[in-house]
Amino acid sequence: MMDSTSAASESQDGNVSRSASAGRETNLGSDGQAAGTPTSDVLLSLRRISKHFGPVTALDGVDIEVPAGRVTALLGDNGAGKSTLIKVIAGIHEADHGEIYWNGERVHIRTPHDATTLGVATVYQDLALCDNLDIVANMFLGVEVRRHGTLDETPMELTARETLAGLSVTSVRSIRQAVGSLSGGQRQSVAVARAVMGDAKLVIMDEPTAALGVSQTAMVLELIQRLAAGGIAVIVISHNLNDVFAVADRVAILHLGRLVSTGPASDYDRQSAVEIMTTGALSDRENGARGAAATI
Amino acid sequence: MAETNNPHTGEVTAPPAIVEETAADQVTLDPELTAVPPDAGVNEYVTAWFKRVRSGQSGVLPVVGGLIVIIIIFQIERSRFLSALNLVNLLQQSAAFIVLGMAEIFVLLLGEIDLSLGYSGAVGAAVMTILAYPPINLGWGPAILAGLAASAAIGFAQGQIISRLRLPPFVVTLAGLLFWEGFLIWLINNQSPSNGGSIRINNATIYDIVNGNVSVTASWIVLAVALLLFAAASVTRDRRRRAGGLVAPPLSLTVAKIAAVAAGGIALVAICGANRAVFVGTTVKGVPWVVPIVIAIVVLWTFVLNRTRFGRYVYAIGGNREAARRAGINVHRVRVLAYTLAGLTAAAAIIILDSRTGGANTDIDGGQTVLYGVAAAVIGGTSLLGGRGKMVHALLGGLVIATIYNGMGLLSLSADIQYMITALVLLAAVIVDAVSRRGQTAT
Repeated sequence: MMDSTSAASESQDGNVSRSASAGRETNLGSDGQAAGTPTSDVLLSLRRISKHFGPVTALDGVDIEVPAGRVTALLGDNGAGKSTLIKVIAGIHEADHGEIYWNGERVHIRTPHDATTLGVATVYQDLALCDNLDIVANMFLGVEVRRHGTLDETPMELTARETLAGLSVTSVRSIRQAVGSLSGGQRQSVAVARAVMGDAKLVIMDEPTAALGVSQTAMVLELIQRLAAGGIAVIVISHNLNDVFAVADRVAILHLGRLVSTGPASDYDRQSAVEIMTTGALSDRENGARGAAATI
Repeated sequence: MAETNNPHTGEVTAPPAIVEETAADQVTLDPELTAVPPDAGVNEYVTAWFKRVRSGQSGVLPVVGGLIVIIIIFQIERSRFLSALNLVNLLQQSAAFIVLGMAEIFVLLLGEIDLSLGYSGAVGAAVMTILAYPPINLGWGPAILAGLAASAAIGFAQGQIISRLRLPPFVVTLAGLLFWEGFLIWLINNQSPSNGGSIRINNATIYDIVNGNVSVTASWIVLAVALLLFAAASVTRDRRRRAGGLVAPPLSLTVAKIAAVAAGGIALVAICGANRAVFVGTTVKGVPWVVPIVIAIVVLWTFVLNRTRFGRYVYAIGGNREAARRAGINVHRVRVLAYTLAGLTAAAAIIILDSRTGGANTDIDGGQTVLYGVAAAVIGGTSLLGGRGKMVHALLGGLVIATIYNGMGLLSLSADIQYMITALVLLAAVIVDAVSRRGQTAT
């Protein structure tokens, strides 16, 4: 794990200049390898995952790979199967068919607890925070530190502070203030901090910027990049393509339950992404053919 | 963004780059106050406290202020209001309201309500009275424990029904209110058919809970020990926080807090220590047993709410039940335990009430009594919407209700006026709460 982390951070350093064409070349190279068979820096890989709800096929033989230290954007129109896919990874739904590999080893994720044990943390769209509790209490909800059977606030406060500082969240006045008094971006930061505090290796973020203003969105996008820079694999679901292209290293597009296209973010632009999301393929562009061929 | 709201942000937080090494000195963390730099002195704390009050987090300030105003009004109208006899009487009157309010707070914090507590507590108190009465003649200890257990079992059963079947607590506990009223009448009439619906308390210790006094000497000793424990706990807590690299209030502030509590305790024991005998030549003095009992319950339940996982989960469920569930909290178990503790505490409240009146009665108005419990909690500052409240709110709210009753009794106001004034006080408390909350969200 240490090796892959440091390797990932190195390539992340290259990604800082992602918009420059030189950086794009590096990305293409490493991602091109990762797209094939599971390699050392692939943290999670799903093989032919299917999920049915009665007669409805939510996921149909999805293959996807999530490298450590990278941000993978999961795109798709409503009903494409994004939410079902992350719920399979988070253990809320169990897949009907298919295999899940974690660091190259076959694993079974049947319950949220299984996912947590592996190191999967999910930040839901509605954040699931208790407004009446302070930041520390929210971050440790359900995993409180105890001493002689009573809550031990000192280590909790210290860990919470370190975690927030590690994410460079410095805009909160006091971590003893109630979460209800925080701004949307700060709340998102607390939810992310809660997710990564328990030694998370994969953080799934469902629509992290949906409810945020411009500056708060920037703050959360920065946070996502810092997570990846720290060697954590990040899956981001977002409808906002600007946000996706601002942070994503890789893009995976679902259409009607099938993975129709995947590749480095630099292979896509807004127009091609939208076309694949809505129609499932690119008709008249070369990388469209490449994207479609990669999975079908 | 927060920066625009709070000009202090930049001052009090650490630059990210050096956080790793110097986090202990750089990041401001504060247990109770907001926007206090780490090396803050008393001034900073006072300023921050004012800021908090202005932003709507006034805490118990309105109810304490209201209580003082009410006391001043009654004292101007009737000079014997602040006499030792009347003040002790007031404490005895308030005890049942306070304890019932605490019982209700367990459930109110969940965002729920238990309307049955008046009668479920009365059933427990009746069980105790019957067990202490011939032919059973159980001692006071086992009788009280059995009474508490009976009400706790009722709370447990109702909690199970509410949580397992996902029924609205209002309806289930309304059914409980009716059922346990019927059960209480059946129980008392069945046990004591010829006594006109009441059973006398046949145990001197139980009778003395409200009517007996701790001797003045013993009162001072208990007070001294309690103050020492409180001071030691406060100082140790601050020291542990500092040792862990966290911010703790300055020593002078902690000392001031301890001094304030000591002053209150000394005043209490001194007032109760004065001779308040009505008849010339007799002596009645000392702190009624119920006073330390109520304080002990407040301390115990405050500890449970603040320092145990159960307490933290009660707040979490009241704040956001779905978040609590996703955090892996067994919501069902916490809710059932909350209803169980509410039942247990309600039994304590009605035992106090019965001790005062000298027996268990079928004509107790458990429906109205429970609403006074809710009123005590809400007047003290506990939210009906869940997630916000403290045990000390019941203490303050119960004192307000008892003060109004006591004072209006001294003014010889009739029941109609008393009800209406109590209602207005309750309404005022809810308005203060709503307005202050609005101020808070605007920050």
